[in-house]
Amino acid sequence: MSARRLFWFSSALPAIASVVLALLLAGLVMVITGSDPIAAYSALVQGAFLRPGTATRPTAFFETLVSATPYLLLALGISLGFAAGLFNIGAEGQLYMGALASVSVGFLVKGLPWFIHLPLALAAGVVAGTLWASIAGWLKATRDAPEVVTTIMLNYIAYAVVNYMVNGPLRHTGTAPRTPDIEPSAVLPALLPPPERLHWGLFLAIAAAVGYHFLMNRSALGLRIRLVGENRHAARYAGINVNQTYLITMALSGALCGLAGAVEVLALYRYLPTEFTVGYGFDSIAVALLGQGNPIGIALAALLFGALANGAGYMQFSAGVSNYIIAVVQAFIIVFVAAPGIARDVLVNWWARWLPRRARREEMEA
Amino acid sequence: MSEPILQMRNITKRFPGVLANDRICFDLKRGEIHALLGENGAGKTTLMNIFYGLYQPDEGEIWLNGRRVTIHSPKDAIALGIGMVHQHFTLVPTLSVTENVILGAETAHLGVLDLATPRQRILQIAQDYGLEVDPDALVRELPVGVQQRVEIIKALYRNAQVLILDEPTAVLTPLEVERLFETLRTMVQRGVSIIFISHKLKEVMAIADRITVLRQGRVVGSTTPAEADEAKLASMMVGRPVMLQVEKRPAQPGEVVLSVRDLRVMSDRRAVAVDGVSFDVRAGEIVGIAGVEGNGQSELVEAITGLRAPVHGSVLLCGQPLPHALPRAAIDAGMSHIPEDRHKYGMVAQQPLAVNLTLSTFHQPPFAQRGLLRWTTIREHARRLIREFDIRAPHELVPIAALSGGNQQKSVVARELSRPLRLLVAAQPTRGVDVGSIEFIHKRIVQARDEGAAVLLVSAELDEIMSLSDRILVMFKGHIVGERDARTATREEIGLLMMGRVGEAHA
Ligand SMILES: Nc1ncnc2c1ncn2[C@@H]1O[C@H](COP(=O)(O)OP(=O)(O)OP(=O)(O)O)[C@@H](O)[C@H]1O
Ligand SMILES: [Mg+2]
Repeated sequence: MSARRLFWFSSALPAIASVVLALLLAGLVMVITGSDPIAAYSALVQGAFLRPGTATRPTAFFETLVSATPYLLLALGISLGFAAGLFNIGAEGQLYMGALASVSVGFLVKGLPWFIHLPLALAAGVVAGTLWASIAGWLKATRDAPEVVTTIMLNYIAYAVVNYMVNGPLRHTGTAPRTPDIEPSAVLPALLPPPERLHWGLFLAIAAAVGYHFLMNRSALGLRIRLVGENRHAARYAGINVNQTYLITMALSGALCGLAGAVEVLALYRYLPTEFTVGYGFDSIAVALLGQGNPIGIALAALLFGALANGAGYMQFSAGVSNYIIAVVQAFIIVFVAAPGIARDVLVNWWARWLPRRARREEMEA
Repeated sequence: MSEPILQMRNITKRFPGVLANDRICFDLKRGEIHALLGENGAGKTTLMNIFYGLYQPDEGEIWLNGRRVTIHSPKDAIALGIGMVHQHFTLVPTLSVTENVILGAETAHLGVLDLATPRQRILQIAQDYGLEVDPDALVRELPVGVQQRVEIIKALYRNAQVLILDEPTAVLTPLEVERLFETLRTMVQRGVSIIFISHKLKEVMAIADRITVLRQGRVVGSTTPAEADEAKLASMMVGRPVMLQVEKRPAQPGEVVLSVRDLRVMSDRRAVAVDGVSFDVRAGEIVGIAGVEGNGQSELVEAITGLRAPVHGSVLLCGQPLPHALPRAAIDAGMSHIPEDRHKYGMVAQQPLAVNLTLSTFHQPPFAQRGLLRWTTIREHARRLIREFDIRAPHELVPIAALSGGNQQKSVVARELSRPLRLLVAAQPTRGVDVGSIEFIHKRIVQARDEGAAVLLVSAELDEIMSLSDRILVMFKGHIVGERDARTATREEIGLLMMGRVGEAHA
């Protein structure tokens, strides 16, 4: 079996099988609850990919990309943690802190040209995410505190900090608790005229995926991260500073999550509300799991989750199926990806019959 | 001894790029011990994994008790009365002996796990076969020798009629080996048939009724201990005559490279494992540390190589004290380390062989430049070591986990010897390695010595210590209890020292 085929069998196919199985099972749930899964799924595809835009409504596919952008950035960050054996559940908190820092720079700093102000605002988000994640990384490296616990706790602190800032020191003069708008010079611009919302963040996310690929496969740091993740004893034996690697990885992971927060507020909201993402940081754990550490896989998984999020509304509207079914699909995907045995067994049973035959045929032909 | 209980006919198994078993025929008679010999990567484990249902053969038939059987999984194998003790144990460390034994074969009354009945049976089995073990002990607290007994009990508990032992003695002390052999003889008397895999020719000669030799996936012949001797077995395995003795010139010790001063190290269980040890190793000499395993050698090595912080004392390399618990410092100062636990420390299983061959140097030139890996150089380096050390692998990008045990060990040795080195710390360097490769590894260690490196050898194999060392230190209960010149020391004397009988050894 070539390396490529091995990759397909060990990573890609189980992931695809997980999605297919999840969709089938969610379909079953719909049948049981008396809905029509075919109508629902075709509406989902319509709402996520096919519906054209109008004068007031953005094109469906572009909106899917808009939703996929933060998923991609966050899942890349989480995947980076996975590579080192770290479970960064704090993506949500790092995203909040990134957003807070970006918006603050966006409206507090005035009078800068956009080519300075925008990068500055983005950088503020990255730095905030990095620092926030580094707290967990530092506790892990120096105190052996499990990052799963510390990142969850840091999430709550991040919520509280944002809430306090938005209701207190940074609150604008209007009625709703939110910050003032950012300066136009800090806005991450859209790619198309309104009502389209597709923005430059997409390219930032794609660039991050490319960077992730280079880091993991071409750089010494990436290999170091992977070695620590796979066998930290051997890594230590080989002279790698394991704790430092944890710290660096958490920092990089937080940087990507902070960037996600920056992009969301600088491109879409342009101010900071109290609650602005609906658990993106948690859904992205599933995206990262589904992506199996491969940047293309992560991108496709982000696209899928973007599509689910974006198509749900139209599905509910046109097929009358509650958009909670999307949560069911996501949950099934998590189950199958987290318990890869299930999906693989199904695969094996389907394919075991023809695979040996095919392998033998190929050998005879060779 | 009568009709065969097992016949394997024309078994063929292919892995990507490897023909692991090539039309192998193998049979086992009732109540015999049949040894399976062969070089690293010859296909012994693969053949046994097929028999145990872990792999499916591409071709061939298995006949058990005169019936053709297809074994889809270990579950099938167990149902057919087959038991296997793997090269690497499969016990759950946090469970008790009883829980481990019944795992997968539990019985319950009204949903409550029944532990009392199995416990009784375990005690019975232990008594019948001389497999002394405390059924309530936690597995992680047991020494490897006892863990192995648990593995054997596990098989007997499931009424195994055929028992496969894949390199069971690799991790045992000589005394434990003796006990194991007694157990095996009792089992044979009770009608159990045994397949015994080992690289230690002495043991095979001592325990086997018949011996079958594999080379490169094929059967090259069968013989009996009466008809063969060690040299003949060795050449059957390797396909050429093998030097079973190490050839080396007298050492020419130079300046002191390693000084260990008053070192005190704690074990994982927070007991004093190394208690005030001091010694020197000079350039151009091999100092062997003999001792029954578990007398502090592992902790001593870990302290010297920076894997474990000593609580007292110091380690100096060429006069410079090494910082505690910092492997990087030791590596940069020119220390190489062949670790005794290669799975924990020596390799990263799913990473390609090429990465494993540059585990501690990949971030430096020529393997990396400005933080970027140079894969071509890394792969070239790997191909060179594969050739030079005769590592059997289809190519340099296979995960090292896909290599046979002995070839994994050769990879570790190749990596550690391929760096410029001042001090080589070799812990059990030939564990699980075939005779041909032992010869080769020994030659390379002697070569490193002759090129001016200091060598600290730690081995549980008294033969290895005796033939390779220039100077022998004996460790017992955390102390160095004796030092001998290897040219004049006798096995008996060292043996007594290893048991802590210092007074008698002087006589
Ligand atoms: N799961 C696997 N995938 C790919 N190749 C494998 C796998 N298992 C074994 N091989 C290859 O098959 C060959 C035979 O390996 P096997 O483990 O049976 O050797 P062995 O005789 O047990 O050697 P050793 O004495 O070193 O344990 C080797 O070349 C090995 O690399
Ligand atoms: Mg083997």
